[in-house]
Amino acid sequence: MYDVVKVGPEELNGEIIRLDGDFAVVQVYEDTSGLKIGEAVVNTATPLSVELGPGLLSSIYDGIQRPLPVLMKKSGSFISRGISVPGLDKEKKWEFVATAKMGDRVSGGDIIGTVKEFHIEHRIMVSPNVSGTIKEIGSGAFTVEEPVCILEDGTPVTMMQRWPVRRGRPYRTKQDPKLLLVTGQRVFDSIFPVAKGGTAMIPGGFGTGKTVAEQTLAKWSDTQIVVYIGCGERGNEMTDVLSEFPELVDPRTNRPLIQRTILIANTSNMPVAAREASIYTGITMAEYYRDMGYDVALMADSTSRWGEALREVSGRLEEMPGEEGYPAYLATRLAAFYERAGRVVCLGSDGRVGSITVVGAVSPPGGDFSEPITQNTLRIAGTFWALDTSLAYRRHFPSVNWIKSYSLYLGSIQDWFVTSGLVDWKEMRDKTMYLLQKEVELQEIVQLVGPDALPESEKAILEVTRMIREDFLQQSAYHEIDSFCPLEKQYWMLKVILTFYDRTSEAMGRGVALNKILKLPLKAEIGRMKEHAEVERIKSIIDEINKSMATLAVER
Amino acid sequence: MSQVSLLTKECKAVNYVSGPLIFVQYVKGVSFGEIARIILPNGDERTGQVLDISKDLAVLQVFEGTSGIDNEDTRVRFTGQPPMIDVSIDMLGRIFNGVGKTRDGGPEVIQEVSLDINGMPINPYARDKPADFIQTGMSAIDALNTLVRGQKLPIFSGAGLPANKLAAQIARQAKVLGEEENFAVVFVAMGITYKEASFFMSDFEKTGALERVVFFMNLADDPTIERIATPRCALTVAEYLAFTHNLQVLVILTDMTNYCEALREISTAREEVPGRRGYPGYMYTDLASIYERAGRIKGKKGSITQLPILTMPDDDITHPVPDLTGYITEGQIVLSRDLYRRGADPPIDVLPCLSRLMNLGIGPGKTREDHRNVADQLYASYAYGRDLRRLVAIVGEEALTEMDKKYLKFADEFEKKFITQGEENRNLEQTMEIGWDLMSMLPEEELKRIKVEYIRKYHPAYRKR
Repeated sequence: MYDVVKVGPEELNGEIIRLDGDFAVVQVYEDTSGLKIGEAVVNTATPLSVELGPGLLSSIYDGIQRPLPVLMKKSGSFISRGISVPGLDKEKKWEFVATAKMGDRVSGGDIIGTVKEFHIEHRIMVSPNVSGTIKEIGSGAFTVEEPVCILEDGTPVTMMQRWPVRRGRPYRTKQDPKLLLVTGQRVFDSIFPVAKGGTAMIPGGFGTGKTVAEQTLAKWSDTQIVVYIGCGERGNEMTDVLSEFPELVDPRTNRPLIQRTILIANTSNMPVAAREASIYTGITMAEYYRDMGYDVALMADSTSRWGEALREVSGRLEEMPGEEGYPAYLATRLAAFYERAGRVVCLGSDGRVGSITVVGAVSPPGGDFSEPITQNTLRIAGTFWALDTSLAYRRHFPSVNWIKSYSLYLGSIQDWFVTSGLVDWKEMRDKTMYLLQKEVELQEIVQLVGPDALPESEKAILEVTRMIREDFLQQSAYHEIDSFCPLEKQYWMLKVILTFYDRTSEAMGRGVALNKILKLPLKAEIGRMKEHAEVERIKSIIDEINKSMATLAVER
Repeated sequence: MSQVSLLTKECKAVNYVSGPLIFVQYVKGVSFGEIARIILPNGDERTGQVLDISKDLAVLQVFEGTSGIDNEDTRVRFTGQPPMIDVSIDMLGRIFNGVGKTRDGGPEVIQEVSLDINGMPINPYARDKPADFIQTGMSAIDALNTLVRGQKLPIFSGAGLPANKLAAQIARQAKVLGEEENFAVVFVAMGITYKEASFFMSDFEKTGALERVVFFMNLADDPTIERIATPRCALTVAEYLAFTHNLQVLVILTDMTNYCEALREISTAREEVPGRRGYPGYMYTDLASIYERAGRIKGKKGSITQLPILTMPDDDITHPVPDLTGYITEGQIVLSRDLYRRGADPPIDVLPCLSRLMNLGIGPGKTREDHRNVADQLYASYAYGRDLRRLVAIVGEEALTEMDKKYLKFADEFEKKFITQGEENRNLEQTMEIGWDLMSMLPEEELKRIKVEYIRKYHPAYRKR
């Protein structure tokens, strides 16, 4: 079961997905046109595996880890069938620096040396199921297949490991996700945060900006490694990532973003079975870097296409369909995939900690969230960013609906905010959410009786929530300054708006008319906040608010 | 490539006919997806494709329909080849049927090469970034939902809405700024009426573009199943013209809803588990294999831009056909019945419209530096104005604030002056001019989406000084 087989004279790659007496059912990762009855099928007796080692970063693979540039060299601009190429470059020599010594006892997960992969220290680990005493080890230039170390019992240790994709890589213990994943996006960080090692889902109809959100997260997340899976999506989108990432600079390391990114592209017109595998290929690579003690973010765009691939295969197997034709095991498979996320103490004696954060986009048909993939993912994901078509129509981006969305990590990461010096973040967030909720209620009244019927104090709320929506929640992914908003700036921006609200309420309490307050130049100033890079300038607005509101009272 | 066998297999054992499918018994060595010729007792020849094979039974879909096929004398000859089409640059100006045979009474095309109609997926790594702005001359598209070369941008229409007129106008006016055109149009008709098809033909004729157009016609009274092959044949030709002859190819596919219906017909005949509304579960993948054939390739001059047209049944955008299309294509142009009744021409409802590749094609050096800002501002203001209309319906216009009245006026003018343009061909400067004029109806501090420097530079109030 799940062994890789080669089918027919072209040796198409396939995988056994069902055994029945003398029969085996094989899903083939390539187009099967031209196959005949009675053609040879050869079992390779190994499960579908990926090659892990130096050289993964900045690569672009298809769903079964074939590097696309190499495929292009072999078959031109179009992908033809039956091409077998290794995932890692076997010729390239890497400079290996040994950190373990002769005579050291090592077991699975222990680090024996490092290799420089761009700016990242690629830690060479002993494969999880190997242990023994080092007999020979030396620094120098090696290819990924040459042994860099030999154990007493003669086992060679190479830089490359193979790992079956459908099995999670082992770790020591799992920990609670307590650290914030800083994404530089205001609505994500400040309002609906996700923790490192947590899971998040982004569902939304077409055109709501799922892909832009995923790409923004891939760009600005404060993780060392990013794995981006384009699963059954558009070819031109992958081209976009491919041409943009080498040019963009990581604000934290000042290196091109591509140097920390692994791309997996299985576009919608590539074979369906490989689409099913691509998710597993991606997360196995993510686990490998997690095991080195890094924080990894994995973006899957979109898990609906993966679910549809499951459905297609299941339909062909003539399995009894569950909801909407999806197989009954959809929920289990989804849960098993998302559960591979987490913050863990890695194997090895040094107790290092690594994490995988999974962000899955979901494309519900017709934007209807009651469909099986959205519902099953909802039960597992920790943060829910619901994208809203009507917000997108209004060009409110990111089109995260603040009423429907939620985050289950609010409690667990509050301590992190406190230790980071943003002590009253939770209060501010709650207050913001209260105002936004209030706005919905007030809007209903406005719809019925018109805005004039509202009392002044409630009109003030509407003014402030409009500020929150337009000047805080909205964020342009393409603006040179606004596309990445540091956490401190987010905090002060929100503080400015809430201070404005407090002072307005106070002033109105003294009898100042709302119109008068709104005529102050403050509104425009607040509206331009996102364009400023310096936090000091934003802080100064608070003083301005205090000052000008005070004068209002005197004039009266 | 696999070798083609010289031996053709022929047999007479048709044992079951159902809808578009026939089942042939006692066949050996048939390969999956190959093409068969079916010879009827009266000598007619039809084409079928193998959908399913088991030990000695093959299932074929017959493109021209199964009427007249019997289970005694009908012969089936397997060719051992995948469906192929003969392509040539001489196809320009000619009319073909749904499976690529000439239909205009002229001589057969002499092939330059014969290609598999299914094509092969473009390697994502080999794709080139679409970045050339196409000026369509339509304000609603150029300014707000820019089309770029290599994009696939469908038009979502409703029954009775003038989608064809819009498509023809785009095909007529589209050009890349500052470049001599080396273009071709591949026009694919699937299940549309003769009247609709002749509308396009006479339009191309009027503009003298007819000899740059390849027509593929599967009209409403032609066999349904042929429609499965029609877009694939056409795109194979398009790929050949674009990537071998370096032409800029615009492919118009109309109407994709009819294509999906044909797909559903086969799926039902095969007794597959139906997905939403009876459409097969693999429809997403199937549509992707058509739409994803748009694009540009590194190192090649040509490009394929797709403009599929589809009818939303009952104007429902969540119907599976527009829904799945929207998930694959790079945006959409949506026509609205409401605007049509109000007299907007073209009745493009810009709010649900989108062009995902817009940002690649606009900005300094390509269009204008203020393009993005202007588009965002027009969108935001118009959306707000539209919201107010609903409010006005309930509480009346008097209840609005002064500011809101301005927005309401803006929304009306936007539809009248900006979206409506009739036959006019506007260049980008004219379009932006109208946009700025409209925005000057609103107070300056409301233009939050526009950088202050652009307001200083382009706002009519500053220009006049």
